[in-house]
Amino acid sequence: MLKTYQEINEKIKKGQVVVVTAEEIIDLVAEKGTQWVAREIDVVTTATFGPMCSTGAFINFGHADPPIKMAKVWLNDVPAYTGIAAVDAYIGATELSETQGLSYGGAHVIEDLIMGKSVKLKAVAYGTDCYPRKDIETHITKDDINQAYLYNPRNSYQNYCVAVNSSDRTIFTYMGTLLPKIGNATYSSAGQLSPLLNDPYYRTIGIGTRIFLAGAIGYVAWEGTQHNPVQERAPHGIPMSSAGTLALIGDLKQMSTNYIRAANFYRYGTTIYVGVGIPIPILDEEMVEFVKVSDAEIYTTIIDYGVPRRSRPMLGKVSYGELRSGEITIKGKNVPTAPLSSYAKAREIANVLKSLIREGKFLLQEPIERLSLERTFKPLEISREGI
Amino acid sequence: MAKRKVVLTYPPEQVDKPITYHLVKDFDLVINILRAEIREEETGRMVLEIEGDEEKIEQGLKFLRNRSIDVQEAARDILLDEEKCVDCGACTAVCLPKALHLNTGTWKLEFDKEKCIFCELCARSCPLKIIEVAF
Repeated sequence: MLKTYQEINEKIKKGQVVVVTAEEIIDLVAEKGTQWVAREIDVVTTATFGPMCSTGAFINFGHADPPIKMAKVWLNDVPAYTGIAAVDAYIGATELSETQGLSYGGAHVIEDLIMGKSVKLKAVAYGTDCYPRKDIETHITKDDINQAYLYNPRNSYQNYCVAVNSSDRTIFTYMGTLLPKIGNATYSSAGQLSPLLNDPYYRTIGIGTRIFLAGAIGYVAWEGTQHNPVQERAPHGIPMSSAGTLALIGDLKQMSTNYIRAANFYRYGTTIYVGVGIPIPILDEEMVEFVKVSDAEIYTTIIDYGVPRRSRPMLGKVSYGELRSGEITIKGKNVPTAPLSSYAKAREIANVLKSLIREGKFLLQEPIERLSLERTFKPLEISREGI
Repeated sequence: MAKRKVVLTYPPEQVDKPITYHLVKDFDLVINILRAEIREEETGRMVLEIEGDEEKIEQGLKFLRNRSIDVQEAARDILLDEEKCVDCGACTAVCLPKALHLNTGTWKLEFDKEKCIFCELCARSCPLKIIEVAF
């Protein structure tokens, strides 16, 4: 090994670290070669900013007098889950308001809390000897409550498919508005800037890795749900469709709405744009080989969302280079492409993380456990009871 | 004499019909095509400024509706709140005339109003709900 985490962190503390983004490294490797880069560059910053439904926050409200063991809880009329201790709750991004329907959801509650806005808290209970209160209605801000941290079961997908619609009608999906007869194609990955596409076998991104999460310091907590490392891979190791995922954790109170935003997909519901930045240490030449990949070399799969089934037809493979050109060819037809994740924001986050590391404000954390390379992604079969 | 600005949405089977000819010839209207996005076998859109006798305009619009062409009063403006925009690009997926497009250098959203046909698809496709239609 050329460099260790400890050596890189010493350089960060002394202000001598050399950091570039996953975009800048591409030309640098082409110009100076793998050996030079492995020696001279210490850290490459990666980032993504896209809609990530599997996001939510744990909140502890503190105890009222007399106290209550909340059985049902609402934040701005959005139900939160409180089937845990008395005043703990989890608010998920896609949970919808009971009064505003599809236009306001858990994502907006999280955004309001981050912005410092006052949020209406309502709870009911059955009452116990130790928690006699049966209902409560009050207002909270992030400064009034105890812990408030995001725990996102699935963020930062390692690649994602391209969505098209072969049916005769426009469909409205979490991949945006898909026009009939393959009238457009949408995709959602930062490609060459995306964290897990720059560390395809999870060598440096693992449990315990310190990250930038929506403006705060966060950590990789676990493998993400639906983590699917056995996805088909190209010779350089990068999966050809959605593969690995990360469960992320970070302090809501330190976050900024510049890097996390509530969203609403027409006729789908609410979700949240999450900004994630992950530093990759250049430990040796193998890491250079991983981070040097460009959009032209990263492929993904075109999926037909016009077929409303679990296994949707695959209509071929395409590179992010082609997708970014604004037009791809499907079945001989030229189809305009559009991203759903913001490349401009991903680039901004990669640069912010680069500055934080250069200024000695962000140290690298070696993973304490690696993510699985064998996990499979199982479907849900519908079985009759007892079988 | 009256003047109206309308957005016509054509079903694919009407795209090849010379409807502006009929508006001029049969209803004695002055037609100014402000924007048009018409492709064979696809839903088409056209923004027209129509000038003529009030009653004749109504008859003309009725003629269109009878041919399954949707007629709407044209929006005056499409307003994008650039401060709040995160440049995701979701709106560009539905903007067929490419009025909304991403700059391929900065990857920031650009809005070329000259190309807008006021179809309003961007407003509902914007995940942040920061595109507004002004009437």
